[in-house]
Amino acid sequence: MCDSCGCSQPDDAVTFTRPGGGAVGHGHHGPAGRVLKVEQDVLAKNAGIAAHNRDFFKARNIVALNLVSSPGSGKTTTLERTIRALKGTVEMAVIEGDQQTMLDADRINATGAPVIQVNTGAGCHLDADMVHRAMHQLDLGDNSLLFIENVGNLVCPAMFDLGEAAKVVIISVTEGDDKPLKYPAMFDAAAVCVINKIDLLPHVDFDLARCKEYARQVNHRLQFFEISATTGEGMSGWLDWLQQQL
Amino acid sequence: MSLAMGIVDLVTGQAKEAAAQKINLVELEVGRLAGVMVEALTFCFEAAARDTPAQGAQLEIVEVEGRARCLACETVFAADSLVMQCPKCGSYATDIVQGKELRVLSLIVDE
Repeated sequence: MCDSCGCSQPDDAVTFTRPGGGAVGHGHHGPAGRVLKVEQDVLAKNAGIAAHNRDFFKARNIVALNLVSSPGSGKTTTLERTIRALKGTVEMAVIEGDQQTMLDADRINATGAPVIQVNTGAGCHLDADMVHRAMHQLDLGDNSLLFIENVGNLVCPAMFDLGEAAKVVIISVTEGDDKPLKYPAMFDAAAVCVINKIDLLPHVDFDLARCKEYARQVNHRLQFFEISATTGEGMSGWLDWLQQQL
Repeated sequence: MSLAMGIVDLVTGQAKEAAAQKINLVELEVGRLAGVMVEALTFCFEAAARDTPAQGAQLEIVEVEGRARCLACETVFAADSLVMQCPKCGSYATDIVQGKELRVLSLIVDE
C-alpha cells in the first residue's frame, strides 16, 4: 500500500466498525440495494497461482527462495557471491525483480547463471503470476535452486506468496538494528534472516545481538546467518544451508 | 494499490455474476495483523474503482482484532502488533490465531 498514502481524502471516507457491531463514532447508514454474500479472500487469486507454482517446483525438486529486503541491503551482491561459490555443485537460476532496468540481471548474467529480469513498472512487489510467467521463460533444471530477488521493499512483498519454499529476509548492518520491530510483517513472514555487511560492524552503530533479539520477538522460528557478501566472511554457513535444502 | 485492484476485480466479477449493474457498498474484513493500512487502501480503492461498476462504492471496513497463542503456556491473548509477548509468562514464542484476515464479506448492489 505504499503507492499512495491516502492523506488527501476526507475524514468521512473511512469507517470504523467493530465485529458484529455497528459503526464506531458517527451513525452510519448503509446504502440501499440487494445484499450479495461474497466471503472471499482478496489475495485468493494470487494464492491460487502461488499454489500452482509451488506444485511445479515440488514436482521437479526445485527449491525456490524469495529474497526480500530494503533497497541496498546487498541482495544482488549476496546472490553473485553465492552463485560463484556453488557453481559446479548445484544448478541455480535467478528471477530478478526491479521496478526498472536490467542492471541486476546483467550482474547475475555475468556469473553464468540463467536469469530473467521482471520489471514491475510502478509495482512495489512481485506477485505469483509474474513468477509463473518468468519461470516458464527460464530453463530450470530438476534438483536446482531458484532465487527470486524481490523488489527492494520491506512492506508489500510480505503479503504476496510467490510459491516459494521460504522467504529469506536480508538486512544489512548499515541499516538500523530496530528494523525487525519497524517492519515486523516481513520478519514474521520469513523463515531465514541473513544479516549482511558484517565487515562494516566496527564502523557502524549496529548492535547485532539486539537486532536478532528484536527479530526473534517478531518470529521465534527465524534462522540467522551473519555474512559479508563483499569479503566472504560467514558465507559457509549460508552456503551449507542452501545445499541442505535440495 | 494492487490490493485495491484485487478487491475491485473480485467485487466487479461477483456483481457481474449476479447480474448487478452497480455496487453501492463493499464490506471488507481486515485483520489488525494483516499489514494493511486501512486509510491507504480506502484511497486506492476509490482510484481503482473508477470507470467500473464499483465506482463511488462505499468501502466498509470490519476490523478483526489480533489474537495469539503462547506456545509455552497456551495462553490466548489479544495482540495489536506482530511483536507478541505472552502477558502471562513473558514468552515471545507465540503464534497468531486471528488477525490476518483480508476478505470481502458482502456487497450491496443495484440491479
